[in-house]
Amino acid sequence: MCLAIPGKIIEIKEKKAIVDFGGIKREADISFVEDLHINDFVLVHVGFAIQKVEEEVARETYRLLAEIEIQDELAKNGV
Amino acid sequence: MDEIILKINEISKDMGEVRIMEVCGGHTNTIMKYGIRDILPKNIKLISGPGCPVCVTSQYDIDCMIELAIKGIKVATYGDMTNVPGSKMSLKDAQELGADVKTIYSVDQIINDKERVFFAVGFETTTPMTAVLLSKGIKVFCAHKVIPPAMRVLTKEMKIDGFIDPGHVSTIIGSEIWKNLDIPVPQVISSFKPEGLLKATYELLKLIKENRIEVLNEYPEVVFPQGNLVAKKLIENNLKFVDAEWRGIGIIPNSGLAPINPELDARIIYKDLFNDVKSSENNGCRCGEIVRGLIEPVQCKFFGKECTPSSPMGACMVSESEGACAIAYKYGKSLSA
Repeated sequence: MCLAIPGKIIEIKEKKAIVDFGGIKREADISFVEDLHINDFVLVHVGFAIQKVEEEVARETYRLLAEIEIQDELAKNGV
Repeated sequence: MDEIILKINEISKDMGEVRIMEVCGGHTNTIMKYGIRDILPKNIKLISGPGCPVCVTSQYDIDCMIELAIKGIKVATYGDMTNVPGSKMSLKDAQELGADVKTIYSVDQIINDKERVFFAVGFETTTPMTAVLLSKGIKVFCAHKVIPPAMRVLTKEMKIDGFIDPGHVSTIIGSEIWKNLDIPVPQVISSFKPEGLLKATYELLKLIKENRIEVLNEYPEVVFPQGNLVAKKLIENNLKFVDAEWRGIGIIPNSGLAPINPELDARIIYKDLFNDVKSSENNGCRCGEIVRGLIEPVQCKFFGKECTPSSPMGACMVSESEGACAIAYKYGKSLSA
């Protein structure tokens, strides 16, 4: 429940964004993080972006998460 | 990774038994998946602490939510929580009996539902989202906890030489705050990568060896000194510290949160409905000892037999991403080093 998942912002509508988690697209609230743009990477936790991250960090975290069953994480705890 | 293992072997040679506790279920998951306990020298013990929010939620709180649901109040909570057995049944069982229990993955799903009570669980990473709900006037039964007071209690009760501090909790609260929390042993904030956890272990061993009670941030790419200021402000504006009951540990002063606005606090609004709640934890489940790091899952006679993720007897067998028993079951290993 404390694991946040990185994704790429592909669309922004005011305080909401569409975030791409390796092909799975979900809406996320971006009101906690200032100054976000399309193509930025963010850590998302239970539907909220909590931190902007560098692309490399996101990709690295993503590789790990892919190993620890990201599908489970997305389905169960949501993002 | 080999190089860091060699360094750990070298530094720990003359250290005697060192006990390091991780307090984040995500870290426990990586440690178990990659067999990190087996890689480390025998005298270096990694112990899983109370890092699973579902697991530390008290039986009484779960029973209160089931009582609300059974009595016809609409409730909502995050996934794993619905499967945790209460004294008589789980929220899922209540749902099967006709109660309105909504499982959500984001508070956004109930942000306009003023009839519903949100059962809020989780540590600092999950708290800001509850603050958003409160700011929109949604009622909350708050079982949120903050982890540092539990860490302080555990250092008094058992031998802990250092902590691996949680990663994404620190993304919210920042790295600086750990220095001022009166935790009497060294701490290292770690990432979730296996090599990151090994590096954190090595840095922690160095601090322990040199007797330096300091905090190192080994996850600076996502943990900043001040954390997430917007999220922290939201928490501060909507929630206040209260004493809270932890499964297996008991009541810890100022370790929980409650809505500042009593009109949104379900514990106050529905307090008459909770008079009938009688909680008991005497089915033999040893989850309470597991969250304190006193025993390993395999030491429980029910582990993997009567108690499995598809039929959990206790909270630690529910969350496959954070519960010590469910993780041990998933990877088919004991939690002993």
